[in-house]
Amino acid sequence: MKYLDEYRNGDIAAKIVAEMRRIQTKPWVLMEVCGGQTHSIVKNGLDHLLPEGVELVHGPGCPVCVTPLEMIDKAHAIARSPNVIFCSFGDMLRVPGSDGDLFSIKSLGGDVRIVYSPLDCLKIARANPEKQVVFFAIGFETTAPANAMLAWRALEEQVNNLSLLVSHVLVPPALEAILSASGNRVQGFLGPGHVCAVMGYSEYDPISARYHVPIVITGFEPIDILEGTLMTIRQLEEGNAMVENQYSRILNRQGNLPAQQLIGKVFEIGDRKWRGIGSIPMSGYHLRDEFSGHDAEKLFDVAEIATLEPEVCISGQILRGIRKPHDCPAFGTLCTPQHPLGATMVSAEGACAAYYAYGRHLNPQGADKLHQIVPGPVPHDVSVKPREEREYSHASR
Amino acid sequence: MCLAIPGKVIGTYDQRGLRMAKVQFGGIVREACLEYVPETQVGEYVLVHVGFAISRIDEAEAERTYQALKDLDQLTELESPVVEEIAETDEPSYPAWMNAGDLRR
Repeated sequence: MKYLDEYRNGDIAAKIVAEMRRIQTKPWVLMEVCGGQTHSIVKNGLDHLLPEGVELVHGPGCPVCVTPLEMIDKAHAIARSPNVIFCSFGDMLRVPGSDGDLFSIKSLGGDVRIVYSPLDCLKIARANPEKQVVFFAIGFETTAPANAMLAWRALEEQVNNLSLLVSHVLVPPALEAILSASGNRVQGFLGPGHVCAVMGYSEYDPISARYHVPIVITGFEPIDILEGTLMTIRQLEEGNAMVENQYSRILNRQGNLPAQQLIGKVFEIGDRKWRGIGSIPMSGYHLRDEFSGHDAEKLFDVAEIATLEPEVCISGQILRGIRKPHDCPAFGTLCTPQHPLGATMVSAEGACAAYYAYGRHLNPQGADKLHQIVPGPVPHDVSVKPREEREYSHASR
Repeated sequence: MCLAIPGKVIGTYDQRGLRMAKVQFGGIVREACLEYVPETQVGEYVLVHVGFAISRIDEAEAERTYQALKDLDQLTELESPVVEEIAETDEPSYPAWMNAGDLRR
């Protein structure tokens, strides 16, 4: 507990918000990329603290959400196959496919197992040599080192009854897809902290330069998010567009080099379909040819699965920051976390699920109208010092 | 699920050629792979994502991040079932608890 206060300190939050009000002259639309950030923003009501005119829209950084329905149906088809042990991270189990979810397959006798680490699959495969063990390898760059190690060890140790169903996605191409789409509203990004802990952030430089948008790599604690927002607004007001690192206490420009090295050995980059967005060129990892003996898509006959998303669902526009959950007629009525219709409701990190979890479906006016009940601007003479100088000590309170 | 959870390395060991650790998260101890932060020593803090340490952090940061994740209900992955390693065929079998300290030599 002893270290906690400084990042939840209301005084610091008030100072950061006051500084935003002092420097902000125009309306700005910012996107937080990571689902963990979305969750933190909605849980803590951070979007309601921001000056009127500064809007946060919620990005595609929820791996469970953007895994396409046909990939989920493929997973379910494999999990229903005889002689298969299907392994997955826990969050994927209740994601509905066209016909039920992994829990229902398990209840009907399928061998579906939750794993904590991908390496658990190696143990399961060794203990069950007569079965095919298939791991549902989803995730962004944060998860890629773990999944890469599984494929690498399977090949190296010749664990031949183990394969991966890979549906890996990458953040930078998604940002480009959002920025280049017609109707884009996003003018700056709060970049994903833990993704960059693995990958570093040099790959965001060309995006920031090409589209002239600030990208501030940001943590997920309330003060992190407010500070990242302030840094982004400052760049926008000054006409700058560069990559900055708010989260320097966790990550640096290079990221984790050993992890990047193994990712490069195991995966190659190719096109990938995103749920709600569609296919994005060069936006996902695929297993390299050497690993084809461990590629579940090649081992199981699951190529032709056609799926249909509900027409009412606007999750694609929500994931691109064009609309918000309240703009959807099904939000909180037809579509709930218990019966999700689309991408952004299926995982707790999705924007719709977060809005629902914190009761925003109960406010028919829409979340943004809550600005009216937030106290007015703080006097302008309260200034925020740069991070290094700021007093975080407990004695100051 | 893109968040990494901070924990304290309380023991390291080798498992089929991989550098592994027992990492303590609050009251829960889980296994984590140290291959991506090979210089990590017992007593240090690491950020762990799906059983892999991805960066080293200091104690203050670890405690703060852990509490923030707890507030966000983002610690559920720690409750996933434990899968025990089956005995390596060319070595005698040790109970799992012996891997935790320096007992296994």
